[in-house]
Amino acid sequence: MAKEHKRPDGRKNSEMRPMSAKIGVVPNADGSAMFSFGNTIAIAAVYGPRQLHPQHMQDPARGILRVNYDLLSFSVSDRKKPGPSRRSQEISKVTEWALLPVVELKEFPNTVIDVQIYIIQADAGTRTAGINAASLALAHAGIPMKNLICSVAVGKQDKELIVDLTKEEEDFEEGEGATDFAIAKIANTNEYTLLQLDGKIQPEVVKEILNLADKACDEIYEFQKKTLKESISK
Amino acid sequence: MSSMPSSNLTIEAMKKIFAEGKRFDGRKLTELRDISITLDISNKAEGSAGVKIGKTEVLVGVKLGIGTPYPDSPDKGNLTVSGDLLPLASPRFEMGPPDFWGIELPRLVDRAVRESHMIELDKLVIEEGEKVWTVYIDIYPINDDGNLIDAATIGAIIALKNTMMPELDKDGKIDYEKKATKKFPLSKGISPISFSFFKLGNSVIMDPTREEEETCEARVTFGLSNWKDQYMINSCQKSGNTPFTKEEIGQIMDLLPKKFEEVNEKLKKFL
Amino acid sequence: MKKITEQAPEAEEEAFSEDVPKKRKVVVPGEVIVSGEDYLPGEGAKREGNDVIATRFGLAEEAGRMIKVIAITGAFIPRRNNVVIGRVTDITFHGWLIDIDSAASGFLPLEESPRFVNKNEMDQFLAIGEVVAAKIWSVKAKGIDLAMRGKGLGKLEGGFIFRVIPNRVPRIIGREGSMINLIKDKTGCDITVGQNGWIWVKGENIDAEIKARKAIEFIADKVYVEGLTEKMEGYFENLKK
Repeated sequence: MAKEHKRPDGRKNSEMRPMSAKIGVVPNADGSAMFSFGNTIAIAAVYGPRQLHPQHMQDPARGILRVNYDLLSFSVSDRKKPGPSRRSQEISKVTEWALLPVVELKEFPNTVIDVQIYIIQADAGTRTAGINAASLALAHAGIPMKNLICSVAVGKQDKELIVDLTKEEEDFEEGEGATDFAIAKIANTNEYTLLQLDGKIQPEVVKEILNLADKACDEIYEFQKKTLKESISK
Repeated sequence: MSSMPSSNLTIEAMKKIFAEGKRFDGRKLTELRDISITLDISNKAEGSAGVKIGKTEVLVGVKLGIGTPYPDSPDKGNLTVSGDLLPLASPRFEMGPPDFWGIELPRLVDRAVRESHMIELDKLVIEEGEKVWTVYIDIYPINDDGNLIDAATIGAIIALKNTMMPELDKDGKIDYEKKATKKFPLSKGISPISFSFFKLGNSVIMDPTREEEETCEARVTFGLSNWKDQYMINSCQKSGNTPFTKEEIGQIMDLLPKKFEEVNEKLKKFL
Repeated sequence: MKKITEQAPEAEEEAFSEDVPKKRKVVVPGEVIVSGEDYLPGEGAKREGNDVIATRFGLAEEAGRMIKVIAITGAFIPRRNNVVIGRVTDITFHGWLIDIDSAASGFLPLEESPRFVNKNEMDQFLAIGEVVAAKIWSVKAKGIDLAMRGKGLGKLEGGFIFRVIPNRVPRIIGREGSMINLIKDKTGCDITVGQNGWIWVKGENIDAEIKARKAIEFIADKVYVEGLTEKMEGYFENLKK
């Protein structure tokens, strides 16, 4: 390798942006958290288990996890018109699937656990920040969970594999362009609950990408754990 | 938090407490909670602010877009105030199209800002009759512990005061990469502030917590600004079932200038 | 001035114990609390091979061989024998629908009223918007059945109700009611604490009621404090100054 690839903000390929998080940002909610990767800031609030209306939507075998993700109008440069878009509806659904495997819904038949995720400032990696915030909020709400969920986007810029892309990096167009692979997993396992990709990537590279994601998620897990624990010591 | 509506007990207790001039958190009936402001809550907005009044928190962002002027005002920019009572902010807010309160909130902020002429809309013309700037003010409550309207209005004016005009590229499109250097055109010294008064029984209170607000029977909100060294009421709306008496309105009128000065003083460094 | 402590058996277990120091640490879901075949996983914990793992975020408590995790925040999970405070939302042929601020609605059957109530006069006994203290009789998938016979239960009149986070209720009641009795003593108020986080206070005057509420909220705010009862003695002393 001739030279270490230089990222616009000076990070190493495997380095994530600085993370920050705070528990309890929405006092009205049963659980809530803010999570950020660099300039991407997400907040999540959990209400539940609570009553689900209309009744016909209730599941007598288990509770329902209902996720709503959206961008605030002013979180992006080109103002987003208020109201759900197709993109936000898709991300809501895949986020639900990303979180579902760890939530013990069988304990709450006929109820709903509502997870609300909003992006206040977007600089790529919004769905991954949202999932990390939601994981913290679910734990804060005392919801029985098997584990935490960690999420990060790993990508490829031309031939370089990089972790936690910024928007600038996502927009890269030279060579093989930019590929962005959003991943979420159950902490400390080999089980991936979110896999979403856009770009150009060879199959043989995917394993390496997952390895990079694993290392990043280990760091995210330690950070989530620390954030939750520190929110209690008073 | 609770989604249970107020019980008869609590409504009766609030009536008694207010009648004695007291409140559960020790405040006087017209005393306001602490206000705290955070600027630039989103670096993608042209201007933005987060406002906390007690535990109530509202985020407001200003975005500027290019549009066509309204046919009856070809020489003015456009102003659109939107908002959403995010289900995040309260167990009482539901997904889906806005209910009345979700529609009323941005409309009240709109009138307070618009009627005060805080924004120099005539300075937001790019090509008269053809191309103008559209100002979008977007309001998002993050936690509802009462008095969202007043919090939202404060957020709007602080966001506006900290708004910078985006630069245009050679094709006349907004170039977000270029650093903004021009200030947003605002009338000097005008800052509209909204004051909501809530009534329960024979008592009138200000800045209720959510628990207090949910017991109240009516509300009247006034948008106030200073214009040529006078206090001017720019907007007013009464909502709810119960009427306000002439005496109560009179008392409110006496109170408004004092409250305006009080809040203006607290917000001075942001305006 | 009543000194009734309505407590569910579960509340007794989780009550803050100050004389027997139990080992407590904060854990997150999925975290290993202890390893060893001897330990028994209780509420909020489960066994995975040799390890006992937390299944929720909270304070892990080791009481002898039993390991449980106490939740510190979260929604109210209704259990049989819980005393709850709720608001009447509807009247049907067979009873009253009660909102107990939980995922399922409460239902108070007509038969549970303390005296004979005519079907046509149900709203004269309990009308919509009024408040009751009731006990959870059974928790079923479709709803929660309530019972209202017993000391301290029934229609609540006068005073007011307010909410704290349900997980803080054991702290407010205290070991064998020590904390709540202290507050009743110092304020002269009648107080009924619902496991669903709703609390009823009725005093001789507004000031006494506000004093009681403030004291309760002060305690509810403290997540994890040793010697809370002594601290509260000091709290009330300071108020006198």
